Amino acid sequence: MKFSEKWLRTWVNPTLSSDELGHALTMAGLEVEAQEAVAPAFDNVVVAEVLDVVKHPNADRLNVCQVNVGEASPLTIVCGAANVAVGVKVPCARIGAVLPGNFIIKQAKVRNVESFGMLCSDKELGLAETSEGLWLLPSDAPVGKTLREYLELDDTLFTLKLTPNRSDCSGMVGIAREVSALTGCALKPLDIQTQPVTLSEQLPVHVADAQGCPLYCGRLVRGVNAAAATPAWMLRRLERSGLRGISAVVDITNYVMLEMGQPMHAFDLARLSGGITVRRARKGEELTLLNEQELMLDEDVLVIADDTKALALAGIMGGQGSGVETTTCDVFLESAFFHPDAIAGRARRFGLATDSSFRFERGVDFAATRQAMERATQLLLEICGGSTGAISEVRGSMPARHAIALRRSRVERVLGIALDNNQIADLFTRLRFEFTVNPHLNPPPEGEEADAASARPLLDDDYRVTPPSFRFDLSIEADLIEELARLYGYDNIPALAPQAVLTMLPCSETQRPLSRIQQTLVAREYQEIVSYAFVDAQIERELCGNLQPVALQNPIASNLAVMRSSLIAGLVGALRFNLNRKQARVRLFEIGACFAKADDGYVQTQRLSGLAYGAALTEQWGTAGRAVDFYDVKADVEALFAPQVLRFVVAAHPALHPGRCAQIHCGEQAVGWIGELHPQWQQQYDMAQSAVWFEVELGALTRTTVPRMSEIAKFLPVRRDLAVLVDEPVAVQTLLDAMRQAAAPYVGEIALFDVYRGKGVEQGKKSLAFRVLLQDTHKTLTDSEIEPSIAQLVAVLQKLGAQLRM
Amino acid sequence: MQELQQILDQALQQFAAIGDEAELEQVKARYLGKEGSLTGLLKGLGKLSAEERPAAGARINQVKQAIEAALQQRRDALQQNKLAQQLAAEALDVTLPGRGMGSGGLHPVTRTLERIEQLFHSLGFATASGPEIESDFYNFTALNIPENHPARAMHDTFYIDPRHVLRTHTSPVQVRYMESNPPPLKIISPGRVYRFDSDATHSPMFHQVEGLWVDEAVSFANLKGVVQNFLQRFFERDDLQVRFRPSFFPFTEPSAEMDMSWNGGWLEIGGCGMVHPNVLKHVNIDSEKYLGFAFGLGVERLAMLRYGVNDLRQFYESDLRFLKQFN
Repeated sequence: MKFSEKWLRTWVNPTLSSDELGHALTMAGLEVEAQEAVAPAFDNVVVAEVLDVVKHPNADRLNVCQVNVGEASPLTIVCGAANVAVGVKVPCARIGAVLPGNFIIKQAKVRNVESFGMLCSDKELGLAETSEGLWLLPSDAPVGKTLREYLELDDTLFTLKLTPNRSDCSGMVGIAREVSALTGCALKPLDIQTQPVTLSEQLPVHVADAQGCPLYCGRLVRGVNAAAATPAWMLRRLERSGLRGISAVVDITNYVMLEMGQPMHAFDLARLSGGITVRRARKGEELTLLNEQELMLDEDVLVIADDTKALALAGIMGGQGSGVETTTCDVFLESAFFHPDAIAGRARRFGLATDSSFRFERGVDFAATRQAMERATQLLLEICGGSTGAISEVRGSMPARHAIALRRSRVERVLGIALDNNQIADLFTRLRFEFTVNPHLNPPPEGEEADAASARPLLDDDYRVTPPSFRFDLSIEADLIEELARLYGYDNIPALAPQAVLTMLPCSETQRPLSRIQQTLVAREYQEIVSYAFVDAQIERELCGNLQPVALQNPIASNLAVMRSSLIAGLVGALRFNLNRKQARVRLFEIGACFAKADDGYVQTQRLSGLAYGAALTEQWGTAGRAVDFYDVKADVEALFAPQVLRFVVAAHPALHPGRCAQIHCGEQAVGWIGELHPQWQQQYDMAQSAVWFEVELGALTRTTVPRMSEIAKFLPVRRDLAVLVDEPVAVQTLLDAMRQAAAPYVGEIALFDVYRGKGVEQGKKSLAFRVLLQDTHKTLTDSEIEPSIAQLVAVLQKLGAQLRM
Repeated sequence: MQELQQILDQALQQFAAIGDEAELEQVKARYLGKEGSLTGLLKGLGKLSAEERPAAGARINQVKQAIEAALQQRRDALQQNKLAQQLAAEALDVTLPGRGMGSGGLHPVTRTLERIEQLFHSLGFATASGPEIESDFYNFTALNIPENHPARAMHDTFYIDPRHVLRTHTSPVQVRYMESNPPPLKIISPGRVYRFDSDATHSPMFHQVEGLWVDEAVSFANLKGVVQNFLQRFFERDDLQVRFRPSFFPFTEPSAEMDMSWNGGWLEIGGCGMVHPNVLKHVNIDSEKYLGFAFGLGVERLAMLRYGVNDLRQFYESDLRFLKQFN
């Protein structure tokens, strides 16, 4: 809601500066979003009339003008504007004037002709971005009057960011009421006179949906001059509220809407057939709106119709072909109260947001509906003339305004401060709420039985408050408490530390803290990123093989249209972004939700994913450079899960190199993936090297166990090394698993410590060296125990095709 | 006598000239070995009379001890010397850079969230979380935002299907938590939220922290106290002013926007209020017995102010040159 301060002050004029007024509104919950002067500072600019124009003797493009500024003798002013002409009225900056940009007007000789001022464009006065020549003022502009006074330029524009509960402030009358409540300054009532009825005709009005339209007022005005000019004062107020002037009749309905918060509509009687019906639209009924939008309606929306067709979307927008034009001579005016429930969401459904729907869906003062009609009629007769019929009014039942009980004790509990009876009474009075102090009633706020309520102890500080018709946000005790607090001033409520019973938070040791997981990766050079959870459908398809992603109905961009099923897209995107910025070595990780469809909704899993690219270590003097590879990243993943031991199972993933890719298993569960990016994607994404990526379920990573100490062996372990030759495709894990299964109880660690290919090992084979530690907790092992155990392991290896190397 | 002195002088002279331990041991034999000069003199004692013998023996022994001491001294000196040489040879250029891994870092939003959580944990708030694809019941209805309520339009919602949205705030976590935990309760719920909006100050995805305290005696004054306490601690400025302005959220009443003093003006930092009785009713908490307050803070906004970030979009670009500044 945007409005002129001057206009507001015609209703209520507190002794506050503009800034103070703005602050008061903001601190009352009517946030001033913008506050700006109508015009920049300038002075000594007056309305002038050009009396004479002659060509400048020494310059083709200049004229020497005689200008009347309201004094006995005219001023001589040299002017270069092309549109200067005898008889025009224009702003004249007199000698001594200071224009925006600190431009001082002095008496000056322009090519040997003395000039005593300057005729101005609106741009020169800082009132327009561009201009074409002088600012031509209306012909009735009073010569000699200062421009600031004439155009009421000493004014401030306020823009309020109205919250949905405060529809009452979407009209000047409401804002004025609020300012009066805040400041205690008297509110001047609007002088609305009932217009004399000079026409016996009335258009029949039928309301078929009394719930949707509890009150409808319609009135015929015949013989209007719809082409009449809208008065300057009205146009100015409309413009300062951000509305353009359209035509006198439309301007009047808009003006009343701004003034009283009551949206109105004017129909051209000649374009209606028969009477007016307010009804639900029929399924499939068509309507073309004023903005040329063609709608297919249904029973959910309310329309204003004549005997043949829907004319307007009730409370939202008029239709084409029934509105007032400048040729209209008979008008049917509408001022109605549509119930918020009948309007709410309907405009949004059709992609509309109008001044009218804004007000109706939040609630319009139904006690002012008829008044607004009188007000509009009054203005219409004044401006366009005509004769008026009686108001056709169809009145159903208005929204109930039940009395709300308020307990002073509750006020104190909720706000943390005590308000006394006088304070509460004063605040309610200022808010224009009807209330009674009820010594015998202290009912609960709602819901409970009346009998239970009357059994409560009697207190003398209870109130019963009936909300006014202009408020739609008051129905329970809490609503009243908010009103009291708001008007009392949130600033006046102290900030107090709470007092509470202290207990410690649970602290599970079987949950690995997220921060420790993050720190592990940070210590291993990974940089955390945060990327959008919506990604490109193509990337989901290519990198995740996801053909049925969770799609957004209204994506913000076509490349952000589906929810990610993996964090890979964000990481690859971030990698590419950084490679394009000459970062040669990149390690990234992200923790976030991934999404998939499920039978009964959506699966949302928190995952941790990382990506490594470039040199294994930062280029340095002490270590030979090499690219990061699968095993570097595998170690990172193993470190994350330690002491849990992971298994890496050969499997295929659409994003990954088929020979350099594994599914990660933790216990029985598959918990993620690791592998080199498929060369196909590496090439497609213009990467010089391959990247290694992993992703694991965060849940598997955070689960851990509380350690239990086991006895430390008193005897030192015996180490035996086993070196074997195997065929290249044999996986080390297979050998380890087989040995582990066959191992005697006192065989401790079995670990691979060397892989060798090359001289001495035939092509297609590899040499593997295992370390075996044997240990008994109670005695030193003897050769007679050790040798058979080792032999057993060797036998197992041989069974798998391994040859023992001597 | 003179001979003894000569032997001693000669030995000391020779020892001092030797620069090698093995050579020293060889020279030692010339005096103390089987054929050594002192050994010879000792052997000659037998030729002396019984009266002369003890005195002569004592003299020889004296010299022998002196030679042995000199020998040891020289040995030590040579060892010291050798060690010093070794140490000198082993000296490193300690100014060469360290070898091995560097370190990565956390995202500034994570860093900020950690700080927020730390502060609220110190007051006994637990952390709760919830889904990001949220049913419209939890995101709106249970928070007292019925269908068609104008407040739904305020939220610029991303829809997945007619009944599911990307959560527009972390407030649904409140409801989910209260459904399964009886009061009194005290939680914060940090997380990603989504709004259909994108420019320098709006991102379609950002982070919020929601706080909720439900107890028998918590008031609006306490809400002010907690939020002010938090902001002052977060920014480490005890003089930080916090302003509460009346506002509207369907799920709180009274509702307020929180502004914070910053560079001579006021900056909006979040919304808050007393939990609306309808919200408590939805989760079967007796609003006569229990009161609650809730607040929501924009994490990126806090991070921007704390670290001087001027464009919200930088948080999601993953530019290492930006991210590394917060390590």
